[in-house]
Amino acid sequence: MSTPSTLSDSAGAEPIIEARKLEKFYPQPDGGRIQVIAATDLAVYPGQIIAMLGASGCGKSTLLRMLTGLSPASAGSVFWHGAPVGDGSPNVSIVFQSFALFPWLTVLENVEAPLEARGMVPIERHKRALRIIDAVGLDGFESAYPKELSGGMKQRVGVARALVVEPEVLFMDEPFSALDVLTAETLRGELLELWLEHKIPTRAIFIVTHNIEEAVVLADRIVVLGRNPAHIHADFAVNIPHPRDRKSSGFIELVDEIYRVLTRPDHEHGAAPPKTAVPGKQVPHKAIMLPHTRPGGMAGLLEILIDQGGRADLHKLADELSLEVDALLPTVDTAVLLGMLRLEEGGASITPEGQAYAEADIQARKAIFRKAALANVPLLAQMHNALKAKSNRTLSDEFFRDLLDEHFSEDESRRQLETAIQWGRYAEIFDYDAATGKLTLTEA
Amino acid sequence: MTTPTIASQTASPVPPAIRRPAGSRWSWSFLIDIAVFLFVLAAIYGVYAVGHTWLGPVPAQVEISQSPRALPLYAFYSLVRLSVAYGLSMLFALAYGYVAARSKQAEIVLIPLLDILQSIPVLSFLPGVMLAMVALFPHSQLGIELGSIILIFTGQVWNIAFSFYSSLKGIPRELREAAIIYRFGRWQRFVELDLPFSTIGLVWNSMMSVAGGWFFLMACEMFVLGNRDFRLPGLGSFLQTAASHGNTRAILWGLAAMVAVIVLLDQLIWRPVIAWADKFKFEQVETAKAATHSLLSLLGRASFVIRLYRLAVRPVIEWITVNLAVGARRAAETFSVPKRQSTRRGLLIVLAAAILAGIGFAVFHAVRELSDLSRADYSDLLRSAGFTLLRVNAALLIGALWTVPVGVAIGSSPRLARIAQPLAQIAASIPATALFPVILLFLIKFRGGLELAALLVMLLGTQWYILFNVIAGAMAIPTDLKEASSIFRFGSWDRWRYLILPGIFPYLVTGMVTASGNAWNASIIAEYFHFQGRIVSTIGLGSAISRASDAGRFDILLASTLIMATIVVLINRLLWRRLYRLASTRFKLET
Repeated sequence: MSTPSTLSDSAGAEPIIEARKLEKFYPQPDGGRIQVIAATDLAVYPGQIIAMLGASGCGKSTLLRMLTGLSPASAGSVFWHGAPVGDGSPNVSIVFQSFALFPWLTVLENVEAPLEARGMVPIERHKRALRIIDAVGLDGFESAYPKELSGGMKQRVGVARALVVEPEVLFMDEPFSALDVLTAETLRGELLELWLEHKIPTRAIFIVTHNIEEAVVLADRIVVLGRNPAHIHADFAVNIPHPRDRKSSGFIELVDEIYRVLTRPDHEHGAAPPKTAVPGKQVPHKAIMLPHTRPGGMAGLLEILIDQGGRADLHKLADELSLEVDALLPTVDTAVLLGMLRLEEGGASITPEGQAYAEADIQARKAIFRKAALANVPLLAQMHNALKAKSNRTLSDEFFRDLLDEHFSEDESRRQLETAIQWGRYAEIFDYDAATGKLTLTEA
Repeated sequence: MTTPTIASQTASPVPPAIRRPAGSRWSWSFLIDIAVFLFVLAAIYGVYAVGHTWLGPVPAQVEISQSPRALPLYAFYSLVRLSVAYGLSMLFALAYGYVAARSKQAEIVLIPLLDILQSIPVLSFLPGVMLAMVALFPHSQLGIELGSIILIFTGQVWNIAFSFYSSLKGIPRELREAAIIYRFGRWQRFVELDLPFSTIGLVWNSMMSVAGGWFFLMACEMFVLGNRDFRLPGLGSFLQTAASHGNTRAILWGLAAMVAVIVLLDQLIWRPVIAWADKFKFEQVETAKAATHSLLSLLGRASFVIRLYRLAVRPVIEWITVNLAVGARRAAETFSVPKRQSTRRGLLIVLAAAILAGIGFAVFHAVRELSDLSRADYSDLLRSAGFTLLRVNAALLIGALWTVPVGVAIGSSPRLARIAQPLAQIAASIPATALFPVILLFLIKFRGGLELAALLVMLLGTQWYILFNVIAGAMAIPTDLKEASSIFRFGSWDRWRYLILPGIFPYLVTGMVTASGNAWNASIIAEYFHFQGRIVSTIGLGSAISRASDAGRFDILLASTLIMATIVVLINRLLWRRLYRLASTRFKLET
């Protein structure tokens, strides 16, 4: 057993990538901004697998795209070997969650395409591609088209295509989340084998995931991202030797620890912890990103909390419900935003409003929700006021979309409005006619 | 750094060859090779023959034959015209769609422009295009041929351009990112991502465009412009001449030849192409029943075709890709980025200024022409527009009234569909304009015969789009909804109201949109016609356009064209687009 290629103490080594004060935000007309990623410093050192862990939609993928130079940073900069990422393209590859293979090209052609782009002659290209296809266990499938392959085989093609250019850093964006559990586990093992036995010249792997165990199985270093805006919440060095046993006490302890960190309101960022529980009041003018949930799920969560005595550890809760942290957190966010739940060290406890909401009947629930939504969700309050100001109590959804467009990207503002409309309809703040796109104030 | 050590030295560096079926080396593939070879020989001779006539001098008087023996050659000439026009359309559409999708600034102008260009009736371009082409090549047949080709082109190009544009816009984000991160150059991106992703849309729109080409062939091969009589040998002119002389036998021969050519094209080109395009479907899983075609698999087996592709096509594409990649790398090393951008920007500004100046000049002259027209002229045109509007909507209404019940009947009975669908496809393949002289021959004797004939032509040109869409819609109604309506014992009225009509609504709208545009275009041919040595016409905007182009009145031509384009755009914006939105939100069947 050895700990190959781990440089947990990386102070001596030169970083390959260094992000300094890297930020992503959408500026607003009033001079403020929606911060998606807070100023972040991050360095990728040679010889490491880094896993970036966080709930989905928290900005992991955006951060990855900024590090590779795919997406421009709003502020700060990324350095590759000390040179800004804009000058010359760094030698990177990305393995995508959706595989992003070209369905009209065969496996071999897919793997050869990046080499073709670099102007390599056919003979050399075939040789290299076949070597890597063999290495990932795809030999025999060279002339197959991606749609003939299973998900696991497709992602092997994705990995082969990424490795064939011998990238200095291999980026992986949730590479195994679209696969079933067993296939994902197999592929993880194969990736580790390639890496640990130095079968690939890649000097570092940067993997984005929301799966805690995956991070602990693979990584030498785990960076946990906090949300709203995304920031580095914790940075773990993993010193468990390979192969890692999921049943070992060190493994379980680390998973538990990360779970606690992920669900804990962060102390090192922003203001004092109690205040973050009511973000709406903390910074009155800040437009808050709505978590993309339907209001229906919250009641279920609150009811379960009451059954457990009003307080529960979120990671245990997620375990019991066999939900990934990813699936649970948005609902928790919603409840916190509406003031029905309070987050505290490792767990959550229900507030009196939450108690009342969970115990009420359907109609009473809507009344409570409406009150909480108007008080805590600035967007809904704004929509309510705008509709009240109109004599016919009606506005088009495009009006609000335009407002949101000033704060968010196009996709995000569409999703924000969809969520707001869901909530507003449930709270009976307004009615919405999808065919005409008209919002009408609900008569009390 | 360690280099990968992998034990695969035995693996061959050449991709595995496509396997030929064992034992049939001398049978099928050999015959096909011979057939392909003969075809190439024939094509070379065809190019020579076409070149010979096109570059030849303009004969004083072209006599269009009425003998069936002339038909093969005429069909060939028409086919060449259509193919060249289609080829040009494809090239132009690819360039237009590419620029519109890639450049934000261009998109703002090009997409609304596409909408307007699409609504300008093809035949309004006729006088301008013809005179320009004849002036360019005064001493050879080439001028008239090119004019006719450009006219067919204007009827084919827009929907292909739009299809390519919207395909490009729909490329999934991660595929785009993969192309960037793996440093695809523009060319490689185009051949390995843009083009394949758009193939299916391009194929379907090409089929529609070529069908539209047949529709206008009638008008583009034979027409009068002022005192000049333009005639080109072809199927369209054959039919027109035969109808003019009342030669029923020749008409039937001509129609038969046209149907034969269209059916052959469908069987030999479109069906194999559709089956081939199946591999470009963007899907993660293979569907159970893949489209197959016997001709395609035969061709795929022919060693000649494979060899041609491997030895000639692929190396060329690869050679370009590799050289461009190397070139781009060298360029990146030698030139500094900012300098290149500034010269490009300067060039763009000059180009934009030139275009704006051109537009300004043209608009100035157009406005002067238009302001010279009297008020009476305008009120005449508006009245004509009213008549054509009525006619178009009557045709749409009649079309919808009979196709909805028939289409639903066909769509909900697989047995009926097996018999009816091929028949309907053949009937639909005959361009309405080819039938027009025949219809006129019968109806001209009656009072108001032309009126009826015009309506019939519009109906013929539009009803098939609606029918095929309704059939598709009826087939798409989910079985569980049908079962639900049986369980709740819906009466037939309720069944129509709650299930069938909402179910086919999106399809009906799609069919009607295309049909409406076509009906407006058909009005130009249907309302004004040279027949048996005289002109028969009825009041309408199409007739006004045709008459103006006959008489060389460009001011009236311009005014009437503008009115028609405005009406079509307005109807699209105010009616169809809203219905479309309704169809894609409320009446979308989602599971």
